[in-house]
Amino acid sequence: MTYVDLILVLDSTVRLATPLIFACLAGLYSERAGIVDIGLEGKLLGAAFGAAVVAAITGSAWAGLFAGVGVSLCMSAIHGFASINLRGNQIISGVALNFLAAGLATFLGQSWFGRGGNTPQLPSGARIPTITLPFANEVQDVPYIGYFYYELISGHSILSYIAFLIVPITAFVLFRTRFGLRLRAVGENPKALDTAGISVTLLRYQALAITGILVGIGGAYLSIAQSAGFTNNMSAGRGYIALAALIFAKWRPWPALATCLLFGFLDALQFRLQGVALPGIGQVPTQAIQALPYVLTIILLAGFIGRAVAPKAAGTPYVKER
Amino acid sequence: MSARVPLPAWVDRILLPVLNVSLAFLIGGIVVLLVGQNPLEAVQIMLYGAFGYGDGFGYTLYYTTNFIFAGLAVSLAYHAGLFNIGAEGQGYIAGLGVILVALWLNGTHWALMMPLMLVAGALFGAFWAFIPGYLQAKRGSHVVITTILFNFIATSLMSYLISRVLKPAGVSADESARIEAVTRVPQLREFIPFFGYSPVNLTFPLAIAALFGVWFLIWRTKFGYAVRALGFNPTAAHYAGISNARLIMITMALSGGLAGLVALNEVAGVQGRLILNFMAGAGFVGIAVAFMGRAHPIGVALAALLFGALYQGGQELAFSMPAITRDMIVTIQALVILFTGAMGEMLRPPLERIFARRAPAVARPAE
Repeated sequence: MTYVDLILVLDSTVRLATPLIFACLAGLYSERAGIVDIGLEGKLLGAAFGAAVVAAITGSAWAGLFAGVGVSLCMSAIHGFASINLRGNQIISGVALNFLAAGLATFLGQSWFGRGGNTPQLPSGARIPTITLPFANEVQDVPYIGYFYYELISGHSILSYIAFLIVPITAFVLFRTRFGLRLRAVGENPKALDTAGISVTLLRYQALAITGILVGIGGAYLSIAQSAGFTNNMSAGRGYIALAALIFAKWRPWPALATCLLFGFLDALQFRLQGVALPGIGQVPTQAIQALPYVLTIILLAGFIGRAVAPKAAGTPYVKER
Repeated sequence: MSARVPLPAWVDRILLPVLNVSLAFLIGGIVVLLVGQNPLEAVQIMLYGAFGYGDGFGYTLYYTTNFIFAGLAVSLAYHAGLFNIGAEGQGYIAGLGVILVALWLNGTHWALMMPLMLVAGALFGAFWAFIPGYLQAKRGSHVVITTILFNFIATSLMSYLISRVLKPAGVSADESARIEAVTRVPQLREFIPFFGYSPVNLTFPLAIAALFGVWFLIWRTKFGYAVRALGFNPTAAHYAGISNARLIMITMALSGGLAGLVALNEVAGVQGRLILNFMAGAGFVGIAVAFMGRAHPIGVALAALLFGALYQGGQELAFSMPAITRDMIVTIQALVILFTGAMGEMLRPPLERIFARRAPAVARPAE
């Protein structure tokens, strides 16, 4: 693998990791607040669909982004109503939302556009623009560093830069603000917060709203930044990968970024390694690389490389004492 | 807050689930209306497609077979308080067991082969569910997460095995060699011509037997009692001397074994070979079936028949009303899971108020 190859793989790593980072951080907020969100996959898909539909109709990428976030917020609200107000099973609600998004997106897409569930191809104006950083074009011929700056650091979608920006913001909010302290507390011991006169319900809804916004941006990225339109089942398990990454990162923001980049890298590598024989190993089946994130997460969950301990109250509805 | 009056048994067991399912269909109907189609006409076409003639009814029963096994798999685990989302992957892996035995003894009479393929499928499915069970029981990793991950690993593993190992030379499609006709599980149409060309086969009576088997296991055996005790209160079960870890592993393995029988129907009964993604979501329908049927075999049977009819009727519908695609069925499935599972308690308070008013003398405590 040459230097150029390496940079190209890392470049696609960033592109592939972007939706994972959004979804993973989204899951981090809700799970830290004690709400398990299996529905990240469905929210990614729903947001991708909403964004593509509105971008196709209005021709505006920003309207599309708002629509995507809107869809995902609505799904968060249903999840919140079922799991906070009705004290229903959060996992079942998440599973239902995943199917709902998969069914409705294809069904509505087919009846609105009649292209087998896909939305029309978006013109470049209806897509989230990419950013060329200052001097990127000028320095691209400088050996190594110039190309590194031009190809890897510059030229990504605005949303990719936002994804990287949200990591330190999340770390700050979670560990340096009063809201973050309360958020973490409501996921560990909601009763303590309730006793202190803070509304568990409100706090959990706030967390779910943040979740909805973040995963919504991730979904919109899929359909109106990375691609030019919605295709059937375009989330393709990324929500579940993000969930695995969240566990792998033990519900912490910086490790979440690292894990998402690792899983993105594996994804990028998979295309590169097709039909390539590695020295000493031979040809690696692409399926083995596809399964690697899941296998790694299972090994972690089994406690063979450290221990993943979920927020204590995650998954249990809070019942206020009377 | 006044004391809550429990609902009469028939309201709790029948009216509430029926209302929840109706709500799901009502919203499904509104979605159909939104895209400018007539939901009542759709229902009529689906009913005819699913029950109106022999072929259609046979297809309905063929889908029902899958959904009974998958629904029982999810239900059994649910009684132990375990949420098995992995029936899809367990059934997929079970296909490997079925095809290996079938191709090994290809050409042997089905009367001998059916039990062998059944056992092989069940064992492979059980194995794939046992690992998450083990990880839950011994290492504390949550079974929901691990079964989801195992679904993905199953997809990768099977796609590798089918496309690289089992595919015979000279075949372009990704599929295994064919099982000979004499070895395949026979179609019911060979005995009952009424079923026309539909693929319902001898696995269907087996599914009915499985309904009775699971009912007996859960409500009439010591093991079933222990499973339910574990589901109600793991701590109490532990103090009663039940080995929770052992029970979790056995229950998950049994659950996976049941899911594995979907493969017997699909691989040995219908396809006659191992193809990519033959489960086609049956494992996930099992989740909807289990919640709708309240994890009881009678409920599971009715819910599986409903979904079987939806799947078959949905195929029919796609011909007559092309605007309503199969994805509408997935939507209905999602709404059923949402309203009977996650929001199952939504209608309970209003129902409680209605029935408390109707029986004030008996139920209402002195205020």
